[in-house]
Amino acid sequence: MPAVWAVWDVWDENSPDRIIKPVAGDRVFRWITAVCAAAIPVLMAGLVCVMVFNSHLALKKFGLGFLTSTAWNPIAQEYGALSSIFGTGVSTLIAMLIAMPMGLAVALFLVEWAPPKVEAFFGTAIELLAAVPSIIYGMWGLFVFAPFMADHVQPLLGRYLGFLPLFKGPPMGIGMLTTGIILALMILPFISSVSRDVFKMVPSVLKESAYGLGATNWEVTKGVILPYALHGIIGAGFLGLGRALGETMAVTFVIGNSHRLSASLFETGNSIASTLANEFTEASEPLYLHALVALGLVLFLITVTSQIAAQLWLRHIIKKAGGK
Amino acid sequence: MMEETMSKTNKSLLAVILFIAANIAGALHAGPIIHGAGASFPYPVYSQWAHKYNQITGVKINYQSVGSGAGIRQIKAKTVDFGASDAPMKAEELDESGLIQFPMVIGGVVPVVNIKGINPGDLHLDSKTLTEIFLGKIKTWDDPAIIALNPGIKLPSKAITVVHRADGSGTTWIFTHYLSAVSSEWKERIGTGKAVSWPVGVGGKGNEGVASYVQRIKGSIGYVEYAYALQNKLSHILLQNRAGEYVPPSTETFMAAAEGADWEHSAGFYVVLVDQPGKKSWPITGASFIILYKEQDDAVHAETLLNFFDWCYKHGDEIAIGLDYVPIPDSVVEIIKSAWIKEIKSNGKQVWH
Amino acid sequence: MQSCSLKTRKAIDQSVKVIASLSAVIGLITIVWILLTVTGRGIGALNLKFFTEVPTPPGIPGGGLVNAIVGTVIMTIIAAVISLPIGLLAGTYLAEIGKGTRFAEVVRFVTNILIGVPSIIVGIFIYALLVVPMRGFSGYAGAVALAVIMLPIVVRTTEDMLNLVPDSLRESALALGASRWQVTLNVVFRSAKRGLLTGVLLAVARVSGETAPLLFTALNSAYWFSSLKEPLANLTVTIFNYAMSPYQDWQQKAWGASLLITVGVLFLTITARLIMKRQGKQL
Repeated sequence: MPAVWAVWDVWDENSPDRIIKPVAGDRVFRWITAVCAAAIPVLMAGLVCVMVFNSHLALKKFGLGFLTSTAWNPIAQEYGALSSIFGTGVSTLIAMLIAMPMGLAVALFLVEWAPPKVEAFFGTAIELLAAVPSIIYGMWGLFVFAPFMADHVQPLLGRYLGFLPLFKGPPMGIGMLTTGIILALMILPFISSVSRDVFKMVPSVLKESAYGLGATNWEVTKGVILPYALHGIIGAGFLGLGRALGETMAVTFVIGNSHRLSASLFETGNSIASTLANEFTEASEPLYLHALVALGLVLFLITVTSQIAAQLWLRHIIKKAGGK
Repeated sequence: MMEETMSKTNKSLLAVILFIAANIAGALHAGPIIHGAGASFPYPVYSQWAHKYNQITGVKINYQSVGSGAGIRQIKAKTVDFGASDAPMKAEELDESGLIQFPMVIGGVVPVVNIKGINPGDLHLDSKTLTEIFLGKIKTWDDPAIIALNPGIKLPSKAITVVHRADGSGTTWIFTHYLSAVSSEWKERIGTGKAVSWPVGVGGKGNEGVASYVQRIKGSIGYVEYAYALQNKLSHILLQNRAGEYVPPSTETFMAAAEGADWEHSAGFYVVLVDQPGKKSWPITGASFIILYKEQDDAVHAETLLNFFDWCYKHGDEIAIGLDYVPIPDSVVEIIKSAWIKEIKSNGKQVWH
Repeated sequence: MQSCSLKTRKAIDQSVKVIASLSAVIGLITIVWILLTVTGRGIGALNLKFFTEVPTPPGIPGGGLVNAIVGTVIMTIIAAVISLPIGLLAGTYLAEIGKGTRFAEVVRFVTNILIGVPSIIVGIFIYALLVVPMRGFSGYAGAVALAVIMLPIVVRTTEDMLNLVPDSLRESALALGASRWQVTLNVVFRSAKRGLLTGVLLAVARVSGETAPLLFTALNSAYWFSSLKEPLANLTVTIFNYAMSPYQDWQQKAWGASLLITVGVLFLTITARLIMKRQGKQL
């Protein structure tokens, strides 16, 4: 950073006759921008306060047991977050298990093996996946993809893998598996585009030496590119994770809306976001509403934690890269 | 710089102009607008009534079908002018919040199925099998209990997918009220409510959501207000009533169930029409209620609101019957209007005359 | 390493290439499938009535979604008017004025966290903050919810774009005797113009497809609005309601609305990219 930036009011000491006096306009400008910047942490603090304030009834009544209870009984006014957390967790897990390898594979394809025109074409197509609004994924999921799953994919899975508890139950189309797959498609572009950038940064010299030793493309990938890019890949993973955890509309359309824990991926369930979308405007008693906001607080904490972890990880990489 | 601030100024100017234009456009379209929210059960008939009324008088009734639970919550929070619920509130609860409730229309909750080869009115079920299906005890369509009631119908060995409501629903309240009345096991294990802990099944949002899922999922069974079964060509069942007869849902059987209701002596018009006696009675009939505040801030607005309901009682019969709802009998309308005169006030003065 | 034969190594190499190509093809198939579905099912609904009439109740044919289209446009514009100035100025602080300060670090950190907050949480926040005290759902609440989502995105892209402007430009302007704020507005902004516009377009594209935050703030309506203090019709919540309904007519309208939103969002996104490409070429 040049010295000119070090101080707002005074020019750098090398030219003492070029001291710029602070202009009134500068002070005002500085003040306005600082206030606007302060709006961000204020907003965040406000969000947390409002959430806690509007969930205190539930937090007081259920305490930490809220997180482990599978009850969701508006009649008996018993609420537990576990079934929603389970749904969020399972759908996100499926999404990550599918999208991480796929995203890396796509990035590799684009960076290492595809000729430039193909790279441009496929690259754009995959990035368009990120631009599609989530409600469109929901529509497509409910009307087109879920029937496809019900008619073609789930019966096959049930026939050949039905002995596993994962694939038991009637092929309804909607349910945990379909939700996971749609989420995977939604986060794929994020993972692949970040990975693509990271792969491009691998110095050619490293790759060339490996090729020079007679390694195949895959061996170069496995031995050189992936280890080098590992930190960036994990960063990409965090990005996808954050997106999948908070996704609401696509999930609400196809997850089936039942507060249930089930081993089978064909079964329906609920995620925190879908529970909120379905029941928030319905909660007629204060405790119900507070329980829902408490659920939102849980989701907020989960996503914030993963965001903070991602930020700290990124800092770690930058430090490491700076160190190199 | 000039360019930058100019384009920023232009942008803000454009925004301001659009804003003003929007408000003017909105004002030009303004007529009184009344907001209501609640049950999806009567939505087909309320929306057609509102549409017709708007054509005749220019008054807009914006009714959002969000479920009975949401309707009650919104009227309690005063975010709407009236709420609508199929689960009537008890008199104590009404008095506590200063609300008045009255029935607007009567309809029937109808189990509907999606089974290949089964047409509307083919499948016969009795209260026991229906309850056991919703309890998850009967799991496939070719279960002996179902076959016993339907000799001569080919039932596939497909798994039964139960579709229930995911939101707080008066339709659920009516349905679970019926199941609790005919099954002590249901009453003990699950109970009656707008949202219950369903042992099995998939949740749809609103009557619309349940109808939608039943349309899509093969081998499913759900429960909807009859207009939804008709409008969407779903296969309804024939249900055995208290008198042992298998009856279809129709205006006739709903009316038969409503015949014995004692509206006059029920506080807050709290009347439940499930499992009624009578050979022709449909066992899962229910009324849908409107809920408003007794004390109205704006007398003119309140009068506009009551005029709409009055019109529906007087002129809405044809539309209601066309959708297989049962209009509230005239004798009951008289009782309702005297309640309006007595209870609904604005600043001490009665609103309805 | 491995004691595999060359044949095995080549085989592994080939199969990995196949898997990678397959993954890319699956991605391509998905986007094409989605776009074809939305276009195929939606185009039939986009007639003149769709753009000029308000909805009719189920069972009565006809009607359109003009009120929802207008509602979405209005809320997006108001959200932009609220969030753009604040976001641009905040981003300017982070890149130009407060650079290196502890305060800027904190703000940057919180901005990144805020970007990741699920939009439904923002909906709950605004519900508690505005809808309950105002005693009603309103277009204003919906617009504010969208603004809260846009704000951190605008801050981030502004900071990133301004950081790309080389310091030499700033130094030259200062050397000519300009004051700090003049340098920032005249020189830096102008140079980053394209990037800033890209950021704005992307933020707008992002919020115009949002549904969850509007579910509890703007709700929806079947009529022309008469004021923004009332529930406001909008395309995304309409799609949600209509799609979950069993009525064929409504489902078709939902597809029409989906097509409209998809075209709008893709248009904004592609425009943003083209602008960035041109900027890249110029530099």
